[in-house]
Amino acid sequence: MLSVKNLHAGINDKEILRGIDLEVRAGEVHAIMGPNGSGKSTLAQLLAGREGYQVSAGEVRFMEHDLLAMAPEERAREGVFLAFQYPVEIPGVSNALFLKTAFNSMRKHRGLPEFDAMDFLQLVRDKMKLLGMDDKLLPRAVNEGFSGGEKKRNEILQMAVLEPRLAILDETDSGLDIDALKLVADGVNGMRNAERAIVLVTHYQRLLDFIVPDVVHVLSQGRIVKSGGAELARELEQHGYGAFEDRDALTKVA
Amino acid sequence: MPTATRQLDELIGREYKHGFFTTLETDTVPRGLSEEVIRMISARKNEPEFMLEWRLKAYRYWLTKSEPGWANIHHPAIDYQDISYYSAPKSEKGGPRSLSEIDPELLRTYEKLGVPLNEQKLLAGVAVDAVFDSVSVATTFKEKLAELGIIFCPFSEAVQKHPELVKEYLGSVVPYTDNFFATLNSAVFSDGSFCYIPPGVRCPMELSTYFRINAKNTGQFERTLIIADKDAYVSYLEGCTAPMRDENQLHAAVVELIALEGAQIKYATVQNWYPGDKEGHGGIYNFVTKRGDCRGANSHISWTQVETGSAITWKYPSVVLRGDNSVGEFYSVALTNHYQQADTGTKMTHIGRNTRSTVLSKGISAGHGQNTYRGQIKVLSGAANARNYTQCDSLLLGDRCGAHTMPYIEVKNSSAKVEHEASTSRIGEDQLFYCTQRGIAPEDAVSMIVSGFCKAVFQNLPMEFAVEAQKLLGVSLEGSTG
Repeated sequence: MLSVKNLHAGINDKEILRGIDLEVRAGEVHAIMGPNGSGKSTLAQLLAGREGYQVSAGEVRFMEHDLLAMAPEERAREGVFLAFQYPVEIPGVSNALFLKTAFNSMRKHRGLPEFDAMDFLQLVRDKMKLLGMDDKLLPRAVNEGFSGGEKKRNEILQMAVLEPRLAILDETDSGLDIDALKLVADGVNGMRNAERAIVLVTHYQRLLDFIVPDVVHVLSQGRIVKSGGAELARELEQHGYGAFEDRDALTKVA
Repeated sequence: MPTATRQLDELIGREYKHGFFTTLETDTVPRGLSEEVIRMISARKNEPEFMLEWRLKAYRYWLTKSEPGWANIHHPAIDYQDISYYSAPKSEKGGPRSLSEIDPELLRTYEKLGVPLNEQKLLAGVAVDAVFDSVSVATTFKEKLAELGIIFCPFSEAVQKHPELVKEYLGSVVPYTDNFFATLNSAVFSDGSFCYIPPGVRCPMELSTYFRINAKNTGQFERTLIIADKDAYVSYLEGCTAPMRDENQLHAAVVELIALEGAQIKYATVQNWYPGDKEGHGGIYNFVTKRGDCRGANSHISWTQVETGSAITWKYPSVVLRGDNSVGEFYSVALTNHYQQADTGTKMTHIGRNTRSTVLSKGISAGHGQNTYRGQIKVLSGAANARNYTQCDSLLLGDRCGAHTMPYIEVKNSSAKVEHEASTSRIGEDQLFYCTQRGIAPEDAVSMIVSGFCKAVFQNLPMEFAVEAQKLLGVSLEGSTG
């Protein structure tokens, strides 16, 4: 579904990604782990279409598309979803309206009739129930005055409503207490299926106790230095990222 | 609908023929301004002596004045001798005959706003006769109002039928000596609306200039006078939410509101005159004086405006809080795109005791637009316990536009409480990316973010007005994300 080949990219002439190769198939959950500054968030944002990055080499295919040639809204409508590390506040725009606008723009893109307010509200309420969320968040302005946990759960709600093909979760676990983390993980697990791919970008292993990935990648200094199964995350927990920056240690772990 | 369309087509066809004849009968006054021209205008309107005297006094005073230079606007000098001060409705003068003669850009805008074809024709001044329907609506409307003793008619009609009211109230809020543009208006005003609500009457419907304006093109110098007698209530909508095209370069309107004891007047405007093209050519210069007088105790006047049109907007709807416990409000959204300039705000003058005023201003600048909020809060020495709360927020789209806030506060009573809050923000790339990443087109995202920014003002507009104002913002912002 997603195929990244030899991707080099940076910002303001500083190279951050230095040759990323990544293959994600439908039905898989991948975790990308790495220390701060390793390029995890850059990769997530670049895939979602954030402006400001220069790609100097490599290519990204998503389904049959050249992903890097598409505008962010086109990527979204084709099914690429990014759960933001820092969800953005939009004063005066209700969560319900925002979500309905997004939902209908996707329906329109797929040639499906748009939902009216009543039908849409029903759909959102059902999703919220599944996620154990309070519908008091709906009339409130997008992310405005939301707690850290509410913001992250709001991202999961958006994902549940928009039903992407490829969901990229950028540090969705950061700043969550254990209860909130479980709720978020339940939400993500509930969306796992054979047609959907999920990429979890995270610094910590603890999220992976709740969402068990099929593949774990270790990102260091802009490269994937190791890939493996779910057990790799546990090794990381024991040895720390330092082990992967040191060549000898890397062989030891391997 | 098909039947209505057919009828309309017939009407238009008829107007075409008649239009030819009426063209021959059209009244036009030669360009330029002189006592003779004013006498001519007054005579054409068959005005009583007092009106002519008033116009002449204004004209003589105007000759001694020059244009104010304090506003943050720039435009080439206006040649006041190059304007025709009285002209019959455009359509009779040979305006566009069919939709094909109208700027396609304008038609595209109408379509975007969802204005039905009939209305598009109306608004573009294709056929005044096509207003037939509206005129009859206005008439039934008028009968209903008359039962309650409400007078709602063109200003020129009020001068004929209710001279005593006109004589008593005209210029009592905005005297002919008020300012350069108001003085000019007093000398040459063409027509406008007149409204009187008798004591204790609550006007059962929103009064609107909509029908009347379409029935007759009011031209450049409108004059509106609204009087709410003791304990009366009226909500008044000015203009129309679809864009009205007018080729006149200079507009100088005056609106006077008078609220007597316990009365309430709500005045809402959606202004979208032609703003000029993307390069800043053409467009209306809109120099308007609007003022309300809370003359009686416990009276209440509120102004709500959505300003998206005109090349230049110079406008400060104000309230004089004369009566004790009176309340003044000003809610404003002003948007400037391309090369538009707006210098707008309000004046709240607290004279009576326990008077309160609220000012909420939202300025949006895009393209090369310049937006200035200019507000004056004045508390006179007798205004014990006066209160004002002002909030002005500016939103910038892009980096070539400007937002300016110029509050003036003058307090002469130590028990007064005056608060002022201001903020300036920019539609961030973050907000935009957040929306587009959810599949929302950038134009829709901008219009949604801007609507959110304006929400607190839109809440003060009647429902259907608010919906259209929102649409209008979207259209006015077109091309601002590029």
